[in-house]
Amino acid sequence: MPFETVIGLEIHAQLATKTKIFSTASTAFGAAPNSQANLVDLGYPGVLPVLNLEAVRMAAKFGLAIGATVSQRSVFARKNYFYPDLPKGYQISQYEKPIVEKGRMDILLEDGSVKTIGITRAHLEEDAGKSLHEDFQGSSGIDLNRAGTPLLEIVSEPDMRSAKEAIAYLKKIHTLVRYLEICDGNMQEGSFRCDANVSVRPVGQEKFGTRCEIKNLNSFRFIEKAINYEVARQIEEIEAGRKIVQETRLYDPDKGETRALRSKEEANDYRYFPDPDLLPVVIETAFIDTVRGTLPELPDQKAARYAEKFGLSAYDASVLTASREMADFYEAVLKELGGNEKLAANWVMGELSGALNKDSVEVTESRVNANRLAGLLKRIVDETISGKIAKEVFEQMWSEGADADAIIEAKGLKQITDTSAIEKVIDDIMAANPKQLADYRSGKDKLFGFFVGQVMKSTGGKANPGQVNDLLKAKLAG
Amino acid sequence: MTELHHQTLAELAAGLRARRFSSVELARHFLARIERSNPELNALVTVTADQALAAAARADERIASGSAGPLTGLPIVHKDIFCTDGVLTTCGSRMLSNFVAPYDATVVERLSQAGVITLGKANMDEFAMGSSNETSWYGPVKNPWDLKKVPGGSSGGSAAAVAARIAPAATGTDTGGSIRQPAALTSLTGIKPTYGRVSRYGMIAFASSLDQAGTLTLTAEDSAMLLGAMAGFDPRDSTSVDAPVPDYVATLDQPLAGLRIGLLKEFFEKGLDEANGKLVRDALKVFEAMGAKLVEVSLPNLPLSVPTYYVVAPAECSSNLSRFDGVRFGYRCENPVNLIDLYKRSRGEGFGAEVKRRIMTGTYVLSAGYYDAYYLQAQKIRRLIADDFEAAFKEVDVLMGPTSPTTAFDIGAKVDDPITMYLNDIYTIGANLAGLPAMSIPCGFLGGLPVGLQVIGPHFAEGKLLNVAHRYQQETQWHKEIPANYK
Repeated sequence: MPFETVIGLEIHAQLATKTKIFSTASTAFGAAPNSQANLVDLGYPGVLPVLNLEAVRMAAKFGLAIGATVSQRSVFARKNYFYPDLPKGYQISQYEKPIVEKGRMDILLEDGSVKTIGITRAHLEEDAGKSLHEDFQGSSGIDLNRAGTPLLEIVSEPDMRSAKEAIAYLKKIHTLVRYLEICDGNMQEGSFRCDANVSVRPVGQEKFGTRCEIKNLNSFRFIEKAINYEVARQIEEIEAGRKIVQETRLYDPDKGETRALRSKEEANDYRYFPDPDLLPVVIETAFIDTVRGTLPELPDQKAARYAEKFGLSAYDASVLTASREMADFYEAVLKELGGNEKLAANWVMGELSGALNKDSVEVTESRVNANRLAGLLKRIVDETISGKIAKEVFEQMWSEGADADAIIEAKGLKQITDTSAIEKVIDDIMAANPKQLADYRSGKDKLFGFFVGQVMKSTGGKANPGQVNDLLKAKLAG
Repeated sequence: MTELHHQTLAELAAGLRARRFSSVELARHFLARIERSNPELNALVTVTADQALAAAARADERIASGSAGPLTGLPIVHKDIFCTDGVLTTCGSRMLSNFVAPYDATVVERLSQAGVITLGKANMDEFAMGSSNETSWYGPVKNPWDLKKVPGGSSGGSAAAVAARIAPAATGTDTGGSIRQPAALTSLTGIKPTYGRVSRYGMIAFASSLDQAGTLTLTAEDSAMLLGAMAGFDPRDSTSVDAPVPDYVATLDQPLAGLRIGLLKEFFEKGLDEANGKLVRDALKVFEAMGAKLVEVSLPNLPLSVPTYYVVAPAECSSNLSRFDGVRFGYRCENPVNLIDLYKRSRGEGFGAEVKRRIMTGTYVLSAGYYDAYYLQAQKIRRLIADDFEAAFKEVDVLMGPTSPTTAFDIGAKVDDPITMYLNDIYTIGANLAGLPAMSIPCGFLGGLPVGLQVIGPHFAEGKLLNVAHRYQQETQWHKEIPANYK
């Protein structure tokens, strides 16, 4: 029986505010344990939360960017449960009235078609602290630095039908929050986390299957693996005649499998109710308009512009706009280069991205900056060097940190465009290869490539390829 | 010179300004009275003698240098629900019996800045849950008018301290009547301001949407002086209201001619002690004589106050008290074997019976499947009660009625009957549910025990309430009575 996968994602994006959502403590990552938790974060008797307006602004920004409704009135609620890293015994979150409702995000499928994923809601909440079970024999350590860090929980509709779609959606959200500068997107540090709700159903069946929620997903690769594992597990269960139990499952990246954490029956009754310490968040139209004015060009808008104005393919446009820094780099190259958008796109996605990946550096830390790359591309455009030589020059630029012209000059890589010089080389090669010449002339056209190769070899690749073609054709014809 | 402890705050302030006595002398006088009488009253949990004398010495310097404010050098006690930096803050609970607060509550901070001196921390019902001050981990507080009787609660220690003149004034908090009912039972002037008028920051939460800080004093004038310094917007409390604080002292003497007083019909019906009701009616005649008009007013939803309150308040408390888990501060059980054991025993041993009862009730009404039937329903009724008050205040300026259905009862008489105990707050809870300011002022005695008159006003009408109370106190002597053993 063929099955269809149904996936919905809950993404937790840590908002890049300087201070916590309800206190004035810093949100910086990596400080000594419990050094960034003040009395409010520690849930001391008598303290009260005060909402950080910056978190509201960031949530509104996200809402506008996904075409959602930014609620004029949203309410903070308490989610009650006991855990040592939850100082107050409740988490302040939003429940019935979230700040963002009904948005959407388009993803590009492998076949090139576009699919819209619904975003049910996004709400503000505070993060919990961390329990550290290692390093403490027989007891647990608690670090409350993270307690009270603002989170935007982004909840999708169950609109995704494969792990690949889920990843595509997740990457789009990841790109968006970084474009909006509301989240640093750092998955290792936990700034961007994801839980996946996964179920399967026989193809054609309308009713959703019983879902399982997979937690502890902190890299794109793990998410894809975990979903695929879970889908296979569920199908196996059903095919063996067993029922799927609604439960929370934990992904173990070492074993590459998910395992049951707690069932629905064991789930907490969170006893949500509106937090009486906080007034409802009332957002006026003027505030929304101000926030809208701060929106940058969004990734999809940018990609559409690249496709339309530069004639790039949808795929290329999406790759170049996948991060704001990459797009900024690309546009900086274009500005210096003045056109030649496709050439620039190929170089940014090709040589540059390859070098960045190889050395594991971000584009903002690139050893060849946008101006230098443009300087190199200019020499291709004005035919000082060929594309092939340019790749060698680039490698040297990357390793030596020099600019293109200096390397071309120092290594004598300037293209040979002197017709008589090229003709001299051609004459020598024809003289040295009488058999090939005879064969060519008797109809073996394929040998043209042989002669081109010989000329390039003899000129160290510096001969202008166009000229070589033209001159060779004339000379070989006799 | 009148005995220092027979003087009101206003009189003491005048005496300090006139250099008839120093702040240090004043503090010493009251500390000596505390030392003598507190053991039998059990009104204070902590006495901060050294800090008080040091602060009094600083106050005397300010007075000498001419930089003193109207409250500089006046001693008071704080209910032990207010966090006081470096001082034990117990909230009347074993749970916080080891808790030294690392900061000052806004109320404490503002009064300190105004030069007020803290003599100590007043006993109270555990986490302010109670109407008799019998739920305190530190034992019951005695009523100075009769040591066998309760002083009311939850601000019972504050009330007993002021009534016995071992402190000239006290702060309190009022979630369902916790300032007004003890004020009535000890012949004091108590005011619960409008919700949001005084910051809740640093005031250990019982029911966040109902809690409000106020004062217990000898006169309305004293309340006006203290409230003026305590009130006002606090950026650390989102529910505090950003509105200017009027000069409450300046409007105390306004004439009451033409004042429309609403008699709360529901308050004079069943449950009210008859003789008690008569004293309240006598008080109303005093206002009539001053030119006020009496109008009977009905608030049809008001009888639902008690059940509504006993859903909303426990719901909020069940969540507010979750932070007391034995992990970061407060009581921790000995040798916990694991996390659940730590939670269960720390909370089981740290909280008293009444607190546990309310946590259980509150947890129940918020549970899946019961939330709509209890919590949501209670919120709807709360809205209706608030609407009733709003409609009434279109017809009248203030509402009046009894504060408490009976005078002070015997210690131990109601401890095993929570429902009867809860009904003690039947007249006071309405103002909390609607967020309204309300006062209790002495209006007579029954069998030697005080009776209080309650005055409720529209939002932010504290000035009017204090004016009404002050004029009444110009015409009557009840507030000047002193318990025989504490003269």
